[in-house]
Amino acid sequence: MAERLLMMALSPTMSEGTIVKWKVAEGSAFAAGSVLCEVETDKASMDYEATKDAVLLKILLPEGGKASVGDPIAVIGKAGEDPGPLAAAAPGIASRPPAAAAPGPVPVLPRAPSFAPEPSAPIAPPRVPTAAAEGMKRPSAPSSFPPSSPLARALARELGVDLRSARGSGPGGRVVERDVRALAELGPQAARGAAAATGPRATAPDQAADRRVPVTGKRAVIARRLSESFFVAPHYYLKRRVDAGPVMALRATANAGRQKPISLNAFLIKLSAEAIVRHPYVNSTWEGATILERSSIDIGLAVDLPDGLITPVVRDCARKGVAAIDEELSALIAKARERGLAPSEYEGPGFTISNLGSFGVEEFTAIINPPGSAILALGAAVAEPFVRDDGTVGVRRAMALTLGCDHRVIDGAAGARFLATLVSLIEEPGKALL
Amino acid sequence: MPEREYDVVIIGAGPGGYVCAIRAAQLGLSVAVVEKEAPGGVCLNIGCIPSKALIHQASLFTEGRAALESAGAKVDLAGFDYGKPWKQSRDAADRLSKGVRFLLKKNKIDYVEGSARLDGPRKVEVSAAAGPAGQSRSEPVSLAAKAVVVATGSRPKELPGFAFDEKMILSSTGFLLSRDLPKRLAILGAGAIGMETAYIAGAFGVETTVVELMDRILPIEDEESAALVASAFAKRGAKLLTGIAAQGFSKKGEGLELRLKAKDGTESSLAADRLLVSVGRSPNTGGLGLEEAGVRLEKGFVAVGDYQESSVSGIYAIGDIVATPLLAHVASKEGEIAAERIAQTLKGAPPPNERGVDPLRVPSAVYCEPELGSFGLAEAKAKAEGRTVGTARFPYVGVGKAVAIGSPGGQAKILYDPRTRAILGATIVGAGATELVHELLLAARSELLLDDVADMIHAHPTLSELIMEGARAGLGRAIHI
Repeated sequence: MAERLLMMALSPTMSEGTIVKWKVAEGSAFAAGSVLCEVETDKASMDYEATKDAVLLKILLPEGGKASVGDPIAVIGKAGEDPGPLAAAAPGIASRPPAAAAPGPVPVLPRAPSFAPEPSAPIAPPRVPTAAAEGMKRPSAPSSFPPSSPLARALARELGVDLRSARGSGPGGRVVERDVRALAELGPQAARGAAAATGPRATAPDQAADRRVPVTGKRAVIARRLSESFFVAPHYYLKRRVDAGPVMALRATANAGRQKPISLNAFLIKLSAEAIVRHPYVNSTWEGATILERSSIDIGLAVDLPDGLITPVVRDCARKGVAAIDEELSALIAKARERGLAPSEYEGPGFTISNLGSFGVEEFTAIINPPGSAILALGAAVAEPFVRDDGTVGVRRAMALTLGCDHRVIDGAAGARFLATLVSLIEEPGKALL
Repeated sequence: MPEREYDVVIIGAGPGGYVCAIRAAQLGLSVAVVEKEAPGGVCLNIGCIPSKALIHQASLFTEGRAALESAGAKVDLAGFDYGKPWKQSRDAADRLSKGVRFLLKKNKIDYVEGSARLDGPRKVEVSAAAGPAGQSRSEPVSLAAKAVVVATGSRPKELPGFAFDEKMILSSTGFLLSRDLPKRLAILGAGAIGMETAYIAGAFGVETTVVELMDRILPIEDEESAALVASAFAKRGAKLLTGIAAQGFSKKGEGLELRLKAKDGTESSLAADRLLVSVGRSPNTGGLGLEEAGVRLEKGFVAVGDYQESSVSGIYAIGDIVATPLLAHVASKEGEIAAERIAQTLKGAPPPNERGVDPLRVPSAVYCEPELGSFGLAEAKAKAEGRTVGTARFPYVGVGKAVAIGSPGGQAKILYDPRTRAILGATIVGAGATELVHELLLAARSELLLDDVADMIHAHPTLSELIMEGARAGLGRAIHI
């Protein structure tokens, strides 16, 4: 009998996909294993392979159309069968096809239909503007993928591993088989994708009050990258309290008369960049056999969004003024809130700042954001008594700085030297001009 | 005794030692290499090189004769003298040995003649080398070293009851150094050396019989491929007796009579004029002071960890004295790795790209007719481990060039992973096999897939098309079959 063909997760982090091209025409038969269509995922174009022999009765999602994992994209069945009701009815749990036909790694939960085709017009409009889909039609890996061997790519697909989080240990930093295998072992989450596709499914959601929520692509990426960082990079932390008064005063002066005030974060990014200029080893990446010393000081700032954290990156901060950094930062944050960032806007920071001061957190430790080797956690600036050099007691606005370092790259004393410079720049921002 | 100081002292100037020496010199280390015989070791002097020269001569001899006869010419073999091709093999060996001497000199490496012995981990004592007529050719010398590389190679393994006299009972050395051929040659052991010698002897008209204890020839190679080699030998009239043990021999007239025993207990005898014993090689690890210096041996081989370093820090071992395949190219690679590691330790040079030799990425070559070239996972081993592998085959007869040059026999066999289509191993039997195998090895090492090899355009007509078609066969789309 006819059944719906669902968008399946072609990679573990894929939450939705865009049909680039249908390879089978309506009314045509196809065999198990043949390619039905080409799907653009969050990372690459992938082939959607048939899991059984059947006939493509009706295409529900045309080329350029986007669907979430679990949404129907076509109706398949026997030759001559009427796709009618299936092509029209809204997808729901009652009509969910058997597991074998929907080999997605995430349980298909009841979800509001993302589009509700009318019986007379079963072809849904694409959810993304055509121009955007056109722009995504690059046939192979986007440039943010590291160089990799063909076997590494085949294996990554097989094991459901995200190549972008692999560190290449092959010639010229190429990702090779062992890197993919290491990554698959590291994150069961990552390795599970393909295997779970045919494995046991979660219990039906109405059986208990507990709820299993499918992991979104973004959440999976956060989980994997931070687990990898935390379990692989030997972290240690250095704490200093700094008098934030001078930099806050400077900010107040700079903002006087400005329509749009410059954020404190922009000042701290700039001062961190200046400290990195004086200690360039902080801005580097452990690569196994080599350490990459970055030429550009690219600093990420952790930003809280409803669907999880994102770290927009301001490039080349050493060469930019505080105002330029602030402008770029606020544009990136606005874009992240509205439509999400392109990989080039959040990938590859050499240093990251996380500021939880606005939540009242006084001090905390953060997990290093790869590929950087250090992260600066900023607490709230709070008034506290302190003893001046002359022995008298005063009040200052103190802020806790906690620097998390990857010991493979930055030794304790080296981290401490960097932190000392940063403290002195924050307390005497004028020094940054020197 | 004079004492000199070096960064590295290498014992043995074979394909492991001299390559290690040159690489170390390239990296700015001061190097001495000690050799008691000729530079180039077994490989250049009494192994690979002279045997390949003889095999080439043998092949020209048979093919030239066959070509002339098939063109209707009458060939008169009167005046044939094996001493002439033999002389060419010696000339090739001498020339290359001189070449090694030149390379060492060019790289400012001190070549020290004599026998070396470790005196602790940082000192090598070299005794005087004997020159012609027993005269001392060099003075004893003591060499202090920051690192020592032991590369003393191996020698033919002796079989109990068949001690080498190099007159009647020959090692491969004895065979390669004798300027005449017997009428009848018996060979014990059907490994690469046995089969190559059988080919040379057979081509020059010697009645040749190979006796092998195992059930088949070339026991370490793919069974199906070895069978193709065996049938080619059988067609030429060579006798291959497999599954048969040699019990002993007795002298009979000018020759000898071998006593043989089959697995089922049947006894027989074999008459021959000379006997070649080619049942493997033994590592030269004795008399070097290795154990006294604290170096751990395992079954006669030096135990090494990463970067060829032995159990004693600063003492490295490479080549046939290490339990990796006893092949010249393995020794050379290990020499490079050791040299780069020493330069890293002493001078902060970049580390070697690899920690050691991966046996699955070592090519193996047998230069008889037909040639056999192979590497990687063996089908039998994969099966024994219950591993699912795909097997692709393509015959030479489907390759235009092979038919054109009259070599349509043989095949390429590729083992691959059916899920990823990664190339796991290959065995090629036929014309040019020992060269052709490298394309597949490069592909496997670079982690290319069958698709990459199948989709690469290969010039037509070439033998290399065999590789492309073999890869296509694995994808179910070979054209010329």
